[in-house]
Amino acid sequence: MERLLQYALTGLSAGSLYALVALGIVLIYRSTRVLNFAHGDIATVATFVAFTMLTRRLPFWAALGASLLTGALVGVAFYLVVLVRAQRRGANLLGMVILTLGLALIIQGVVVYVWGAEPVSLPFPISDTRTYSVGLVVVSQLSLATMAAGLLGSVGLYVLVQRTRLGLAMRATSENLMAAQTLGIPTRLVLSVSWAVASALGVVAGIFLAPALLLDPFFMLDPFLKGFAAAVLGGLNSLPGAVVGALILGVAESLTGAYLTIQFKNTLAFVIIIVVLLVRPEGLLGREFKERV
Amino acid sequence: MTALLTVTSIETLYFDRIYALFGVSVEVRDGEIFAILGPNGAGKTTLLRTIAGLLKDQPKKGTIHFAERRIDGWQPEAIARLGIVYVPEDRGLFKELTVAENLELGLWGRRDEAVTKDLDAVYALFPILHERGRQQAETLSGGEQQMLALGRAMLRRPRLLMLDEPSLGLAPRVARTVYEALGAISRTGTTILLVEQNARLALGVAHRAAILEAGRVVLEGAASDLAENRDVREVYLGIGGVEQPPAKTWRLYRKRRRW
Repeated sequence: MERLLQYALTGLSAGSLYALVALGIVLIYRSTRVLNFAHGDIATVATFVAFTMLTRRLPFWAALGASLLTGALVGVAFYLVVLVRAQRRGANLLGMVILTLGLALIIQGVVVYVWGAEPVSLPFPISDTRTYSVGLVVVSQLSLATMAAGLLGSVGLYVLVQRTRLGLAMRATSENLMAAQTLGIPTRLVLSVSWAVASALGVVAGIFLAPALLLDPFFMLDPFLKGFAAAVLGGLNSLPGAVVGALILGVAESLTGAYLTIQFKNTLAFVIIIVVLLVRPEGLLGREFKERV
Repeated sequence: MTALLTVTSIETLYFDRIYALFGVSVEVRDGEIFAILGPNGAGKTTLLRTIAGLLKDQPKKGTIHFAERRIDGWQPEAIARLGIVYVPEDRGLFKELTVAENLELGLWGRRDEAVTKDLDAVYALFPILHERGRQQAETLSGGEQQMLALGRAMLRRPRLLMLDEPSLGLAPRVARTVYEALGAISRTGTTILLVEQNARLALGVAHRAAILEAGRVVLEGAASDLAENRDVREVYLGIGGVEQPPAKTWRLYRKRRRW
């Protein structure tokens, strides 16, 4: 019993990270219909910015702020400079997805060039080894912080999207771009905000993941793929779905590692994608892909 | 009356080679209801979308002036901010949002005091919208959706309201309700540019009208004159003496129009 709870808790902690990644993917998919393959890499470069600042002994909050800003700026710049132009020239969705892949490769190159490919460790104020016993289970300070970050990110995004005027404009723009334009909503600004917020959520995931392992130019690849799987599981169109899918994936992964075999842990995400696409292509909470005529 | 919108010999192309509009000129005067009639594929919707700035790099030729400002080539958001409100054929609603949220989006960018008054006016005109405020727009009937689209458009205090086929898909009785509402909106001083296939409804409410066929304006004039025109009566209103084609040559027969 303790073992089950312990592994479930570890899974929830990993799931919170996946949720942050998945929310960003879904947010961008919903608003621009583009699958952003550079999502993880934007987080990587921003995390390296935090790394540089932390090794220079700048305060953690400054480093966090700077890396969030870096992520948001890279996302917005890519949207405004590359995607908007491509769209204006009539690029189709596949073309734009390939552009995000290109951005991913460019960022990887830049990170390797600036910071090198050697794994480094991120000096982080929250400890991975200090633990607390809660009832039957033991939880590290870092997993607590990770779960808190996941919760904060999800709730913050919920409040932004559901409770503010900007969020209303975001929902309107993502549902019917043309109608939003004709209502005089500054759609380009609204979409830029979506890219900024989505990228920043990914950066939060990167910052909290980095101390658990070593920082290298490709450390976000795995969480990005997991986040993507979680988004597909929850429904690519649904923000709550992204969170639910991510938590399920995190727990399922952890339990698979514990009770089946550790080698299977990483495969599980893709098994889930295949099963979901076969059984319920719209995902757990996604709306069915059908048009009312 | 002065011209509010002047469209001068515009040409709009799709995919840079398919002509949709061939030098169309239309003048909409301040305060009137102007109807554009015509068959499928005549370019009616294209004309509205060109004016609203929704077709990139269009019109290719010609000019569009609104309130003495040249607006062709502007971004749709900028055109919308001038007070040109376009209600597309699919009504442009946000179907996943509630009725109240849709109306709130109609108030985007407005900070004036009259917001509550205008909202009350819309609810007075369409009480059903108040009743269904918390419902998703998708769950409304066709007529209610059209009312929501009209109500939302009104909240923008349009100087020019452009409507694409407001009667489409509505039961005749519901369509008449919508048109009565249009009359009420017009009486508040709003200029309306209307595209419609249902000529009878449109000519009943419009002051002036034009007939668009294959991308050209073929007839233009006062709505009452058009309603009397022999060809219009025959082709669009389906009344008056339809000449029976001679039995022997009916296959080759195509009604000759006098425009």
